[in-house]
Amino acid sequence: MDVHEYQAKELLGSFGVPVPKGAVAFSPDQAVYAATELGGWSWAVKAQIHAGARGKAGGIKICKTYHEVREAAQGMLGKRLVTHQTGPEGKPVQRVYIEVAEPFDRELYLGYVLDRKAERIRVIASQQGGMEIEEIAKTDPDAILQVIVEPAVGLQAFQARELAFQLGLSIKQAQSAVSTIMNAYRAFRDSDAQMLEINPLVVTKDDRVLALDAKMSFDDNALFRRHNVADMHDPSQQDPREAQAAEHNLNYIGLDGEIGCIVNGAGLAMATMDMIKHAGGEPANFLDVGGGASPDRIETAMKLVASDEKVKAILVNIFAGINRCDWVAKGVVQACGNLDVKVPLVVRLAGTNVEEGRKILADSGLKLITAETLAEAAEKAVAACQGKLRAA
Amino acid sequence: MSILIDEKTPVIVQGMTGDKGTFHAKEMIEYGTNVVGGVTPGKGGGRHLDRPLFNTVKEAVKETGAESSITFVAPAFCSDAIMESADAGIKLVCSITDGIPAQDMMRVKRYLMRYPRDQRTMMVGPNCAGIISPGKAMLGIMPGHIYLQGKVGVISRSGTLGYEAAAQMKAHGIGISTSVGIGGDPINGSSFLDHLALFEEDPETAAVLMIGEIGGPQEAEASAWIKDNMSKPVIGFVAGLTAPKGRRMGHAGAIISATGDSAAEKAEIMRSCGLTVAPNPSEFGSTVAQVLGA
Repeated sequence: MDVHEYQAKELLGSFGVPVPKGAVAFSPDQAVYAATELGGWSWAVKAQIHAGARGKAGGIKICKTYHEVREAAQGMLGKRLVTHQTGPEGKPVQRVYIEVAEPFDRELYLGYVLDRKAERIRVIASQQGGMEIEEIAKTDPDAILQVIVEPAVGLQAFQARELAFQLGLSIKQAQSAVSTIMNAYRAFRDSDAQMLEINPLVVTKDDRVLALDAKMSFDDNALFRRHNVADMHDPSQQDPREAQAAEHNLNYIGLDGEIGCIVNGAGLAMATMDMIKHAGGEPANFLDVGGGASPDRIETAMKLVASDEKVKAILVNIFAGINRCDWVAKGVVQACGNLDVKVPLVVRLAGTNVEEGRKILADSGLKLITAETLAEAAEKAVAACQGKLRAA
Repeated sequence: MSILIDEKTPVIVQGMTGDKGTFHAKEMIEYGTNVVGGVTPGKGGGRHLDRPLFNTVKEAVKETGAESSITFVAPAFCSDAIMESADAGIKLVCSITDGIPAQDMMRVKRYLMRYPRDQRTMMVGPNCAGIISPGKAMLGIMPGHIYLQGKVGVISRSGTLGYEAAAQMKAHGIGISTSVGIGGDPINGSSFLDHLALFEEDPETAAVLMIGEIGGPQEAEASAWIKDNMSKPVIGFVAGLTAPKGRRMGHAGAIISATGDSAAEKAEIMRSCGLTVAPNPSEFGSTVAQVLGA
């Protein structure tokens, strides 16, 4: 799960990571009020979206007067911001963050990630802050400093010290950096983060370090024990189809094609999309209904996929292990009875109780296209989508 | 022969008395698995499915001689259950549970390293369909009837895609020695590599099918190992050719976030390391048949 910059900073601040003074605003009035409350002579107005590269896209404005703050907030709120990380449709800006601008001397990079290869937390730092780390990795890989954390004991102060001195900091600056590196690690560990990026971490003119930007994402599997993190969820940043699916606990990812997919199991769902592509079509979505799918769950999935206006055919592909084909068949029949599904429906059932499932479909009198294998199902779905195949 | 489990392997079920535990324990017993007991804290001394129940894994091991365990334990408590098994000397733990926090798995992996290699617990999963040695034993949740006994080893991150492969192979009359689901999480108990090494040693396995997906370095590591160490032919596949970058495709671990994570890149690495790559997911059966025939 992703969160906004201001939420990440609030969390980091509560763990003792120094962040600039700031306040969130939902309207231009609130933005001006926030600036007056914060004090100072210069503020950054920052669009809050779940994507980076905002600066170049006009999502960050430095303002010297309250009037400028109002104008900047007005220019951002209610619009969609398109950066090179958002895709062409952009993300809606519903909140701006007002921050006291602080002068600084240097920009550093500090990141934490749950590394899948090492199966440990990796701390990454670089003197070249402000740039994307992927860019530094390409152009100057030696400039990237790394430390792997031993999970039994956690990050040690000597490791943070090594990083601080390798970053070329003075003794006074390094003291501030060491406590920041340690505190950010605690924030990462204790909130079950997957990724934390402070870019830039700036060195102020009075030798402190300060997290000028912050990006965090969290392990969905751990939200049950991180209520403070779960509460930060902002559904406006999601594809509306995905937000709706999430309410029903369905694993759904919206795509751009025309064939709606309803599949059990993430691997089979990906493979079904791959087969559709192989057969000459494009999938409209990824959807894993999971194990133990009841007729109601299948109906919910059908409703969601059928509501996508781009969808010209629906492919149901179930290889039942924990699932039962008869239940899935009942769900399909129930959905067709309750919903007005206008597009052709291709159903492939295999595995547990497959004969019962096929019988339910055959006896239902519904106009369905059935298939026995994955390849046949994908080919028929593509043909039906192109209007070349109709249900008998 | 087979790897990891056979009809003699004594198995305990952690979380046996829950709905899922009960259902699948029954299925495993019917398939012929030697289930010797269950562990549910607080229910020790009772019986379930005509098997004794224990409060702790240590007791279960002492009384039954259990060597393997399967966990049907809720995500919040599952890492604890796995470590308990490791500490009790269980040799193989298979975790079906989907939803274990990644940092919990990080600690579990570190915990398993406490033991010297020859006493170390092999962990399979989490978020997997389990292990089946067709005709012998099943430590998982798969539909047993779709598997034919034979000489091809299967390793798959996805459960259902493993079923798909088994069904296609059966249609070609090809059987399986053991099928292992390593799971869809970012941190797995064991990887492709661990099981490839076991299949290489197993005299009754003639070839191996490995089914990967987007995300993570496992497929590439396994491919490099195969190139240097494996004498048996390996057929590979990577699901998610059409998956967009940066989106989590159902499995917590199925996300393209770094170079080398995409399906096309992984398939290319497999090819360059000498694997035969199935052209699409409906040709597992035909590709394995072709390799075995060659």
